[in-house]
Order: sequence, then C-alpha cells, then structure tokens
Amino acid sequence: MSIMGTRVVRTEDPQFLSRGATYTDDLIDERLTGALHLTLVRSPLAHARITAIDVEEARKAPGVAAVITGADIDLPAALLFPGADKNMVRSWLAADKVRFVGEPVVAVLTEEAYQGQDAADLVEIDYDPLPAVIDLRAAATDEVLLFEDAGTNTSNGMGLDDAFDENFFDGCDVVVTKEIVNQRVAAASLETRAASAVWGGDGRLTLWCSTQAAQGAKAEVAGWLGVEADLVHVITPDVGGGFGAKIGADPEFAVVAWLAKHTGRPVRWNETRSENMTGMVQGRAQLQTFTIGGTKDGKVLAYRLDVLQDAGAYPRLGAVLPMFTRMMAPGVYDIPKVESRARILVTNTTSIAAYRGAGRPEATAAIERAMDMFALEIGMDAAEVRRRNLIQPDQFPFTTKGGAPYDSGEYEKALDMVLEASGYTGLRAEQKRRREAGEVVQLGIGVSVFVEITGGGAFSEDASVQVHPDGTVTVLTGTSPHGQGHATAWAMLANEHLGIPIDKITVKHGDTDLIPRGSGTMGSRSLQTGGVAVYKAAGELVELAKQRAADLLEANVDDLEVVEGRVGVKGTDKGVTLAELAGKEELKVDSVFDSGAPTFPFGAHVAVVELDTESGKAVVDKIITVDDAGPVLNPLLCEGQRHGGIAQGISQALLEEVVYDEDGNPLTATFADYGFPSAAELPSFTLLDMATPTHLNPLGVKGIGEAGTIGATPAVQSAVVDAVSHLGVRHIDMPASPLRVWEAIEAARSEGGAPIDTARSTS
Amino acid sequence: MTKVQITVNGEATAADVEPRLLLAHYLRDTVGLKATNIGCDTTSCGACTVLLDGESVKSCTLLAVQADAQEVTTMEGLSADGEHLHPVAAAFRAEHGLQCGFCTPGMVMATVSLLKENPTPTEREIREGLEGNLCRCTGYHNIVRSVIAASGQDPDTVQGLNGHAETAPSGGVEVAPGFSTGSDS
Ligand code: FES
Ligand code: FES
Repeated sequence: MSIMGTRVVRTEDPQFLSRGATYTDDLIDERLTGALHLTLVRSPLAHARITAIDVEEARKAPGVAAVITGADIDLPAALLFPGADKNMVRSWLAADKVRFVGEPVVAVLTEEAYQGQDAADLVEIDYDPLPAVIDLRAAATDEVLLFEDAGTNTSNGMGLDDAFDENFFDGCDVVVTKEIVNQRVAAASLETRAASAVWGGDGRLTLWCSTQAAQGAKAEVAGWLGVEADLVHVITPDVGGGFGAKIGADPEFAVVAWLAKHTGRPVRWNETRSENMTGMVQGRAQLQTFTIGGTKDGKVLAYRLDVLQDAGAYPRLGAVLPMFTRMMAPGVYDIPKVESRARILVTNTTSIAAYRGAGRPEATAAIERAMDMFALEIGMDAAEVRRRNLIQPDQFPFTTKGGAPYDSGEYEKALDMVLEASGYTGLRAEQKRRREAGEVVQLGIGVSVFVEITGGGAFSEDASVQVHPDGTVTVLTGTSPHGQGHATAWAMLANEHLGIPIDKITVKHGDTDLIPRGSGTMGSRSLQTGGVAVYKAAGELVELAKQRAADLLEANVDDLEVVEGRVGVKGTDKGVTLAELAGKEELKVDSVFDSGAPTFPFGAHVAVVELDTESGKAVVDKIITVDDAGPVLNPLLCEGQRHGGIAQGISQALLEEVVYDEDGNPLTATFADYGFPSAAELPSFTLLDMATPTHLNPLGVKGIGEAGTIGATPAVQSAVVDAVSHLGVRHIDMPASPLRVWEAIEAARSEGGAPIDTARSTS
Repeated sequence: MTKVQITVNGEATAADVEPRLLLAHYLRDTVGLKATNIGCDTTSCGACTVLLDGESVKSCTLLAVQADAQEVTTMEGLSADGEHLHPVAAAFRAEHGLQCGFCTPGMVMATVSLLKENPTPTEREIREGLEGNLCRCTGYHNIVRSVIAASGQDPDTVQGLNGHAETAPSGGVEVAPGFSTGSDS
C-alpha cells in the first residue's frame, strides 16, 4: 500500500534524538587527527586602510603554529558574484583595505582551540579610518567609493537603461506612491559556519563544510584555490539550518583549505555566533519605491517598482535577488501595465545573499503594501480590492507583465478559504466596535495573497537508486537537506515503486565523490526536482528489474508486477525478489529529471494582531494560512516547512533587523541584541490545505520551503498598519517595533488624524 | 590546571582542565559527547542546555570546575539508543518537533526539566518555559506540540485552547490532498 501523502515520522530522528546529529564541528575522523584550530582576527572598522600589521607577539604565544596575513596568501582576490563589477573583488585576508566590520584580516592557527583567542588578542593592526557608506542613497551618490578602481558603488543594474514611462499612470483615478524598506535580516541558522580541511598524499583536498550545496561548494572552492575541480572532495555532515545563507561555499572555506595546504596539517574552523552575525551573508536589504494606479472602483491599471538593493561590501547572490523581485513584482494580480528597475549597490556592510524567499518576499511585500494603500485611498476593503484584481483560474498558464510563466493557480479560492476560516466579517465587526469604543487595544487584520517561484534556479537534478542483495536500498541525491527531511521523503518516493520499507532505504547526499552532480537544496527546489528524480529512478529500476525477471521467470514483461520488493507474475505465486535479482547482477539506475521550468506555488494568509495603542506593542493573535504547493508527499514535513517560514515571516514583520550605526558598526551582532524570536513571542498557526497540481512534473508537486516568509510577512505588517489606520496611519516600516508603531500613532495624531505617511524613524 | 571529577550520564569522568574551560567544551571535547551544541556566545540560545544535579543549566555559562563532584545529564544520557527513545525524545519525533536538530538536544533537556517542574503545562506555560531555548527551523509550533504530548496531554486540545491552532491531528495515517493511498497510485 502506498504511503505517499501520509504523515510518516522521520527516519533521521532516532539518531538525532539519541546521540545527536553530527555537524561539522562534531566530526571525529582520523584524517582530522592533530588538526590545527583556526581563529580569524576580523576588522573592527567598516571602512579603513590597513597601515600596519604586527603579528610578532602573537607568533610567540603558547600553542601557535602559524600566523598568516593577507600578504602571505598567494591567491588572487576573487569576484564572488560573476555579474558584479569586475573590480569588486574580495581578498582572502584583507591586506590593504577593509570594507565591513567582520572582514577577516589575520589567521591564527593553534594546537588547541582556546589558545586561538589568546594569540589573536596579541595581533596588532593599525587602521586609517575612511568614511563609511551605509545608507543606500549615499552609496548611489558615489561620493565615497568602496572600490576606487570601479569608479562607482553600483555593482550592477537591471532595467536601468530605459527611463520610466512618463505617461504610465495616465487614465488612473488614483495614484499612490510610497518608499518602503525591506530591512536587512540575519539568516541566523542555529549552527554557525564551520569547515575542516585536509590534503591527502594524492594531492586531493577533503573539505567538510556546512553547506546547502556540496557540488556548488566544490566548484567554488576549486576555482578560488586555482586547482582542478577533481582534486576537491567536499563532504557535507549534518547541517544545522541554512535558510539560503549556506548556499555553496564561503570565502573562509577557501582560507581553511589554503591554510591546510600551507601548514601541511588538517585545519578546523568553527566560528562564534558574534563572528557569524557579521561574517555570514544576510538577506533582504531593499529600499523600494512603488507606485500604483487604478480606478475608484478598485481596478489596478498600472504598477511600478523601483528597487535599490544593498549588496553589502562584496557583491554575492544579493546582486541577483532583484531579478526575482522584478519578475514577481505584480504578484497574483492581472495588472495591465507593470514596469520595474533595480540598482544594486555596495555598502560597508556584511554581504547580502539569499535568505528564505530570496527576492520573492521583497516583491510580495511591495505589491501587498501597494494594494493596501490603494485600498485605503479609494476606501475599499483590503480583501475586496485584491479579489477584483486576481488572475482567474481560466487564465492559466499565464505570463505576467513581469515575465513570469505561471503554471497553475486558484488564487481566489485560497483567499476565500482564509477569509472564511478567520471569520473575517466577524473580525471586521469586532474591529469596528473597538474603534468606536476608543479602546486602548485595537484589532488589526492583515490579508495577503501571494504567488512565488520555486525551483527557479536549476531545473534538473540527479538521482540514483540501487537495490542490494541483502534487500536494502541506497538512494543518492543531488539535493542537500539541512532539516527538510529528505532521508524520509526520498525513501517514501523510492518505496512507492519498490515496495521496500523505508527503514531499509538509506538516502545519501552531499558527498561529491559519491555524487558528482547536483544542485543542492535552495529556492524550495528539492521535491519538484530531486524528489521527482528519485521517483523516476525508482520507476526505471522497476522496469529494469521486470526485464531481467521476465527472462528468469520466462514470463512476459506485461504480466509482471512489483509488490513489496518482489517481481511476481500476476495471478501466480511465481516471482523473484529485487534483492535476488541484485545478487545476480548489479541492480542500479542513475537518472536525471529535468522539469525545464520553475513552478509557481501560491496561497493566502490572514494575520490578526492585538495592538496596544499606548505602548505600540503588536502581538500576533492568529495567523491562518493556505499554502498551496500542489499534492503533499508528507504532511508532517510540509507543515513543518510552513511553520518555520511563517515564524520567520512574523518575525521579520515585528522583530528582526540587522542595524548599523552611521559609522558602520553593527548594533545587532549577538543573539542578545538581534531580534531572534522565542516561543513566547509567537502564536500557534492555523494551516488550511489546498493542492493545485502543476503539469511540469509527474507528481504535480511544487516547492513549499519559502511560502511562509512570502505570505506571512506582508500579512502581519498589514495587520499592524490596519490596527491603527483609523488614526490616520498609512504605513509602518518593518520591523514594526513598539517604538516605531508608537511614533506612527503620535505622528498621525499630531496631524489631527489626517492620513499621513510615517517615514522610518531609525536608521 | 585543575582536576575535576564529574559524573556524566551516570559514568565517572575525570580530567585536568584549564580553570576557564566551559562545561560545554568539557562535555564535547574532553568527554567526547557531541550532542550538546553551542549556538551562541551570549547565553541566549539554550542549544547547550544540560541537567546539573537534575536542574537545567546552560553549559556554556558554567565552568567545568563549577560542575566538579556533581552529576551532569546530556541528551545522550536519556535514551539507551535510537530504538528506545526517552518519552520526551519520542514525543519530539512523533510531533516533528525538530528539523535540522541543532536546538534539539537543548530543547529536549529543557523540556525534561520543565515537565519535572510542571507536569501538565498549558501552551502559554510551555512557550514561556522554553523562552531561553531558540529554534530557527520549526517556528516552535511542533515543539510546543511535542511538549504537550510528552506531558500526556492531547496537543490538539491544549494547543487549540491556547493558540487557536487548527492543524490536522497527528499520529494516524492520513492522506493529504492530491495523493491517493490506493494500490493504483
Ligand atoms: S550556547 Fe549556551 S546559550 Fe547559546
Ligand atoms: S530544529 Fe533547527 S534550530 Fe531547531
């Protein structure tokens, strides 16, 4: 009997819950015996010239094996994102100039981990401070340059060549424009970054690292070190969360590998949380200006989005995020005219890259704020304005004015489901009552309808399925789970064809010698590419087994069926097990699935907040979501993905922000300062089910990993504004902290309750 | 160097340690028990939570010498092996209360301690009781369910009362939209 679609508990968990997982820093491997510990001395300044480095005292400290500066490393500085200005390269250890707080400058290698900090404290570095560029508009003036050779702070641009159309909003009764911030947030995976490296006698590097994509990491590290890719073997131990920030390799990994080569000894590195909060890539960081125009009866006619993207000091994946923001700009709405552009700028801050949603939450945040402000302007209910503009089911497949080829969707149904489940009419009545009574605690109701793109980066994935003579199965996958539960889910997919119980199926990933090709886990791509590849490979294995069994059993292939791991002749007791076939000849299939296109999951969220108008504090009371990613393979895992995303969405809306002062000092560089949500700050979530299949793969599945951040963030932000919109507040930037909400209320009151915009109150 | 003797998961351990050695590092590097994780340097995350003479403590804030002559229990000390999970660990599995697993050892130990203090907690009491243990993956929804289940209460009832949650009940085999469980699938 099929177990697809059922709540199968994870096969990973017995180990995780008894001895614990094995993360990179937990590795006990004889190849790492006698490893040196790496401690990095990082820049305390955001922008400065290095005038002198003195490591003599550090070299004499107990246990020190080597102290290395940028001048010692014979590797050329690297362009970390190919599309960026080619002058915006990063050195492995900064030698001349530092460009963000946290940039590595000196590497200290010690016998014992504790000796590292002692020696690091003895390193003397003289800096000549330069003015820091933190603000995006200041960056755009090019008055202070991060890279003098580039002559500009613009890393790259999208759609900048054509001026916006002056007549774009002609014919609109109402036009609303607003600048909003999609603030910088930290991925804050609970495991920080870690890597260990050793070079073998055969001249090959073995690199264990915490990554979401071993094969990508291998290619990057080989490129950075200037060695043949075949000489690099990446192994991914268990990974304690990634959320996009661990896609591929980080420059520190190359430093670890280089140091291992240089010293001839294995090297281990595991950063501290404080290092992680400045050293690991962060996400979002867009300044957006939207303009929306339409008719008084609620039809949106034109939408424009102008994006300034912060790339941080050294452009990485952040430089490409606005591509998704632009593509997804019109969201779920059928808007006749859409235009957008983006400028990507370097600043003296930590580099920006992917964070759960990576460009799409930013698009959704903008269009959903725009719909809300348009609704307020024409005096129409927020849900009703959305309904009047949704793309209808009979319009699919639908290519938007943003250029996105939507595969399937039933947006209005999703909206109706969340409205009904939330008791929307009743909530509005309660809100009216509280407003009329002038109660201190007001009710805010936020609605979002969203569509996103999953599997947008790489459409194809490899899988291999092998049945062994002892009846066990090995599945090799190019995806790279770090909490998603592929060991369980991929076993379920193999089980579907083989009928072999999942506890006999081992799923392996993240070892580049074993699995040379793969694109890893990111962009919610895994099930719709890698999962389908496993399903397909297992199906092909069954066909192969039937061919072989047909000869053996002297039967017609069409008369054979595979039940519970055995090929049998239908209607007889004749048969042979897959294990027996594997004993005669290797029974293994390598397969590739290529979907050729991304899919577009969608949904709708309603958030309800209780907002204390005296303190400004908003608390999410309820969140009700539809996240439609097609058929669900394992509801337990799928719900887990939704929960995690919803929490991160609520948290971006209310709590989280990476803050720099004007000199570029990070003010949120520890978990004591950063708004990481605890259980006490979040509600339980109400999930509704809806499954609209895609035609792009045989399972009809789409991605679910990022839905929560995309739908929940704007719903919660909208609910906060809604709670005080009757006081004249039209917008509050995220995170909607008590102070920011309180200031918005005060500003609106001092304007006599007239509708006003509240600009950001802190930098 | 100072000599310490610490009973870890019922077994005597002893070593000469630097006075500054953290208990978390003693457990991980001296004793070699790697389940206890370190997620921060500001006593914020709780990934390092263990029991010291039965009380939950953050082992990153305690020196090994402060645990001298005492008993420490880590997650490894709860379950004999993966087949025989401690009831709290088993509840985390049943309710999918873990994803990447990094917060899990600390979360499980904090739960053991919480349930000892309060055997039948409400949702609010659980959320506040686990405030010092951070998880980035689960959004806490299923962690809360795990704790409720471990307390012998029904997660749907307790969570529904306190948190308005209406997630489908767990445990039984249940079919998600879009897949049939028939043999023809
Ligand atoms: S590692 Fe102990 S509280 Fe974070
Ligand atoms: S399961 Fe990943 S941090 Fe909790």
